[in-house]
Amino acid sequence: MIGTDLMLYEEDARRLAAVLQRLCEDSKSRAVFLIDKAGQLIASAGETANIDTTSLASLTAGNIAATGGLAQLLGEKEFSVLFHEGEKDHLHISVVGQRGILVVLFDRRSSLGLVRLRVKRAAEDIGRVFTEMAERTRQEAGRGRAAFQAQFAQITDEDIDNLFKG
Amino acid sequence: MSFINYAAREINCKLVYYGPGLCGKTTNLQFIYSRVEPSTKGKMISLATETDRTLFFDFLPLELGTIRGFKTRFHLYTVPGQVFYEASRKLILRGVDGVIFVADSQVERMESNIESLENLEANLAEQNLTLERLPFVLQYNKRDLPNVVPIEELQAALNPRNAPWFEACAPKGIGVFETLKGAAKLVLNELKKKT
Repeated sequence: MIGTDLMLYEEDARRLAAVLQRLCEDSKSRAVFLIDKAGQLIASAGETANIDTTSLASLTAGNIAATGGLAQLLGEKEFSVLFHEGEKDHLHISVVGQRGILVVLFDRRSSLGLVRLRVKRAAEDIGRVFTEMAERTRQEAGRGRAAFQAQFAQITDEDIDNLFKG
Repeated sequence: MSFINYAAREINCKLVYYGPGLCGKTTNLQFIYSRVEPSTKGKMISLATETDRTLFFDFLPLELGTIRGFKTRFHLYTVPGQVFYEASRKLILRGVDGVIFVADSQVERMESNIESLENLEANLAEQNLTLERLPFVLQYNKRDLPNVVPIEELQAALNPRNAPWFEACAPKGIGVFETLKGAAKLVLNELKKKT
């Protein structure tokens, strides 16, 4: 499904949320986010209430894209892990399942070593969910399309105009 | 590459404002940001130099409302217009759903407009995209200035595809929402077509 539109169904959303929740607990992190490479937030877990997740997603994707650009410049395929160290909080950012970005926000209650270890396992789980999502998208293309069509084919210019009223 | 979240019933699309340096891309976003209800917008992020030139991108998330039960969100990005930020421009175009090309209407900027449009086409081609296939609108900005090129000339030079176009004066907000709406309409119609 790389290069195609990303469609997230409830079952996948639940599974991804469960993986993130476990990662957040196992790594003793403050919060965990899964973002797609275009900068959209897919799922999150932990203390996310006071964080502007939309901005976080966009900036992280920009960060990964810029680092990817650097990698290519130097003849590397990609730099798949980034680490940002702050005074209190730190960010561990990694590319997962080719199209996802996993962001772990942690403080002194955890450590880089623990986060790295737990991220490895979570990345495998997320990769598996992504692969199954892709597989299902292929298999159920018809069904998904039909459901989508039912809701979307009826969009009129008037609906779109209404979005801009007020 | 739109992101349709069935679980949260959301559609997320990415719109990119492209154009030569100082043509008014960031001004478009700033005007939208200033006029939209606080509840429907996120924070506007500008990664700019100390002299307010865009360094990497501006970003403005915008919630337009609900369409057929789906919350419709547009993520607006600008690219840095200056020629030497080429690498950054390419990155921002990744996963784009629609492009707004902001042209500077002043006579002396014609060459920069053409150069920037050619650059856009080349960068899209790297992603196997073309302006014919992608939702694309043009905005002829700075129409209030004295030394502007007539619309017919701008059209002939920049819009041989006859894409929707809008006249604008971004700092005053003239044409800003019309342009956004024109692009959003094309993106949503494209989404519809894909079904």
